[in-house]
Amino acid sequence: MKELSLHILDVAQNSIKAKATELKIKIVENLQDDYMKIIIEDNGEGVEEEFLENILDPFTTTRTTRKVGLGLPLFQAAAERCEGKLEIDSEIGKGTKVEATFKHSHIDRAPLGDIEGTIAIIIQGNPDLEVYYQHIVNNNEFDFSTVEARKELEGVPINEPAVIKFIKEYLAENIQNLKGAVR
Amino acid sequence: MKSLDELEKIKKEAQEEMKLREDKDDTRITIAMGTCGIAAGARDVLKVILEELEKQEINNASITQTGCIGLCNQEPIVEVQKPGEDPVTYGEVGIEEAHKIVDEHIVNDEVVQDLVIK
Repeated sequence: MKELSLHILDVAQNSIKAKATELKIKIVENLQDDYMKIIIEDNGEGVEEEFLENILDPFTTTRTTRKVGLGLPLFQAAAERCEGKLEIDSEIGKGTKVEATFKHSHIDRAPLGDIEGTIAIIIQGNPDLEVYYQHIVNNNEFDFSTVEARKELEGVPINEPAVIKFIKEYLAENIQNLKGAVR
Repeated sequence: MKSLDELEKIKKEAQEEMKLREDKDDTRITIAMGTCGIAAGARDVLKVILEELEKQEINNASITQTGCIGLCNQEPIVEVQKPGEDPVTYGEVGIEEAHKIVDEHIVNDEVVQDLVIK
């Protein structure tokens, strides 16, 4: 994938399919210690231990439309070629956590890319899902959640086009600001 | 810098929009968002369609997302269903094609034949 945010969108689809009602996306960028972490955690159905053991095998998938599942193996390959790794924890009935680590300055590390558009699209397609976004760059932090936004909206659906557009712009500005504060 | 307080104003705008749309039948737009779709560019196609609906003030269309439909080699795939009509499935939809689908099919009711998956 050209952007790390596309992997995030892809992993989020697994959470949605696992009937998650909460999705937590956390991005940590530590420029001193030169690493980047992406953590995606849900409260979905979780997977059996046996399935988890083979989850990074491309020929393991829950899909019925095709026999290969490339989402997680691709994410793993992206992390490993940047001196990083991908770890998955899951418990039936509790949820699943996917954690990818990258060497921040690695030449093969794809940019995070359009993370604001990605979050906006997750919310657009899943208006009942509570999405939590946390982004840390060194000592600076930005937090957003659909729970906060919903408080302001008082019953207006969160996936109304005008609301989605606002959320995207709000995220873009704040994430830009977060990165600007570091330079 | 934007703050979430501004949602107060957006909320009012959205409520107006929702009133306008109440009695209209919706055109349904479905975008496949599996790994194959995402890798082929479905996210940006969805973004363009969302932006165009907003820009052109088209308020009788709704967008839903679905997973892989088994036609991975023809992603990104977009399906358009006008009220009372059969769904039309478009394949290999890029940014330019997305604009075309909005302008010709969604606005002007003319199916973009070249892009239809047969």
